[in-house]
Amino acid sequence: MSNKISASERMAIERAEMHELPADVRNKNFEEVNLGLDSEQALSEARRCLQCKKRDCVAGCPVGVSIPEFIDAVASEDMPRAAQILRGDNALPAVCGRVCPQETQCEALCVRGLKGEAVAIGYLERFVADWAMNHPDQLLREEAPFSTGKSVAVVGCGPAGLTAAGELARQGHKVTIFEALHDTGGVLRYGIPEFRLPKEIIDREVSVLLELGVTIECNVIIGKTLTVAELSEDFDAVFIANGAGLPTMLNIPGENLKGVYAANEFLTRVNLMEAGRREDCSTPIIKRSEVAVIGGGNTAMDCVRTARRLGAERAMIVYRRGEAEMPARVEEIKHAKEEGVEFIMLTAPLAILGTEDGWVSGLQCQRMELGPPDDSGRRRPQPIEGSEFVLPAGVVINAVGTNANPLLTATAPDLTLNKWGNIVINEEGETSIPGVFAGGDIVRGGATVILAMGDGKRAAAAINEYLSRKEG
Amino acid sequence: MFEVLSNEILAENLHKMVVSAPRIARARKAGQFVMVRLAQGEERIPLTIGDADAAAGTITLFIQAIGASTRKIVDTPVGGFIRDVAGPLGKETHITNWGRVACVGGGVGTAVLFPLVKALAEAGNQITTIIGGRSSRYIILADELTPLSENFLVTTEDGSMGTKGFVTQPLSEMLADPERAPRAVFAVGPVPMMRAVAELTRPYGIETIVSLNPIMIDGTGMCGGCRVQIGKETKFACVDGPEFDAHLVDFVGLSDRLTSYRKEEAARHAATECKLGREEAK
Repeated sequence: MSNKISASERMAIERAEMHELPADVRNKNFEEVNLGLDSEQALSEARRCLQCKKRDCVAGCPVGVSIPEFIDAVASEDMPRAAQILRGDNALPAVCGRVCPQETQCEALCVRGLKGEAVAIGYLERFVADWAMNHPDQLLREEAPFSTGKSVAVVGCGPAGLTAAGELARQGHKVTIFEALHDTGGVLRYGIPEFRLPKEIIDREVSVLLELGVTIECNVIIGKTLTVAELSEDFDAVFIANGAGLPTMLNIPGENLKGVYAANEFLTRVNLMEAGRREDCSTPIIKRSEVAVIGGGNTAMDCVRTARRLGAERAMIVYRRGEAEMPARVEEIKHAKEEGVEFIMLTAPLAILGTEDGWVSGLQCQRMELGPPDDSGRRRPQPIEGSEFVLPAGVVINAVGTNANPLLTATAPDLTLNKWGNIVINEEGETSIPGVFAGGDIVRGGATVILAMGDGKRAAAAINEYLSRKEG
Repeated sequence: MFEVLSNEILAENLHKMVVSAPRIARARKAGQFVMVRLAQGEERIPLTIGDADAAAGTITLFIQAIGASTRKIVDTPVGGFIRDVAGPLGKETHITNWGRVACVGGGVGTAVLFPLVKALAEAGNQITTIIGGRSSRYIILADELTPLSENFLVTTEDGSMGTKGFVTQPLSEMLADPERAPRAVFAVGPVPMMRAVAELTRPYGIETIVSLNPIMIDGTGMCGGCRVQIGKETKFACVDGPEFDAHLVDFVGLSDRLTSYRKEEAARHAATECKLGREEAK
């Protein structure tokens, strides 16, 4: 190890603080909020890592990044090696460094967190990934893998599909990704806003895969344009990662009023179609000064922060439990608050109210209190009698979740599904059809980018294994 | 990229475009649609697949160029390209041999109706086709529909072609005549027309199918923008439709949701008009 500093010296260093755009600037534009660490901060942060033998942080990472090793390379100021280690374990490091909930994964298990603050693994990951993007000439060249002559079809160009494609291409398989939309990235592009994950990052991560020889075909809807059976015939293996589907409706009166959006529609208009972000955009979006977002997850935070940027004076989160029960990342909640988002907690929507001509005018709500824990272990919200009130709003966004997408599964009768319509897989990630694997939200229901990536990585290993068996 | 192989003007603001899309041509069934995005930065627009030739690898689109985006699409010359065409989406039409059926088309809806008539004819149905428009200039596909139909009727509001009046007149006469009453009715056109047809057939309990065209973004069931109320249920036109039982459709809600972006569309329309005006002035 070249960075010879003592444990006590390491312990004495304080956790780096992320540079951010000021809240009153960023809540009016779509520029990235987190600006990244500078080199000095990164070096200092890397030296905070004790390089402990237990490596608990790695166990906390769904894709098993060699965290102490890449951090050691940063501490040794050997950025090409840091980039090589990171890229070897994670197909989308610049994405993960931005959107992973590190505080509940790797950093939650960091030994330094027992007494003080965990090493900022996420910040360092982003620092290394961004360095790699900006210094392509200094990267250690990846050796072109020996072609196995096997081909794999990947359904969906989101985090699970991209990860699997990268892993499989590195193992020498010919990979073709089929994407239903007109652009790459799946939820990374249509779901996650520019201010959390700039689209340029997705483009650059995707270009790395293209350089590895991955083919991406957009505008191909598996289940419609082609079927899984056709893919099974044309390819040696198939990985299905077509993501989440239909929005879950609130099933309250007024849901079809003008100005009521499902989160996916609102975000797709703004993120994928650029509504409200470009003056001359051809896709419209309804802007109002009062916007109520129903839900407490990261998607709800993305919606409410987007609404704020589109000009809402009151951008509100309406959530039936308390702040402590919100599934959103702590950082998203913090950023939203700084940007002027209002949090209306312990409040459940009863009905969406409308004007005579069919536009949303408000949300009829009811106050809640927390009772004993439910199946999820969170305290169950219970209505408080007589606490109904009306929250004025011109736009209401439903961010409570999604159901399984039926497009692919409807034309693949041999795929075993669970009662919610999600694809059932075994421990290896294989479905009921031999040679067809699945992962991400079509298996899990709604989950996170990194869990989808973990599925992609695991499935790729299983597919590789399957293909080598098939050979014999 | 999808090459435009032909581009004809059928009527005012109505184009018939043949586009190379081999996979879609092979997979497509009557009643399905594609999502079309002309170029980077443009809107995604749902368009019914009017016809397809699997051997030639082509699909036919009938496009009513009334919005800024559709006008740009029909401006694509032969040999030009459409960047994105995705499909076939939606459920295929349930085609069976009912015996006697009526197919009713209004305006550009006639283009959506055409593949249904073709499939119904292939299944051996005796078809009465009734198409209507404001005037003879808006009557399309008459030559294509005539040979597929046992009876082919035209109505125009100004009487410039066929019977003067609306499509509902000949239909109500048919319904009242036990000798001619259809076993099923297919209606595609403006929302008020489809609603009127639904109300006509309701008392007779005749199965009536309409094809809806609500606002859509992705067309793959992700965004929920195309939701329509069908009886007590909320359905998504892109995955559950676009065809529904007319007697269950909430037409009032559908037409209201269709006006969500009227203001923005008008502004964009005006903006492109101005630009065109300036270009011509140069």
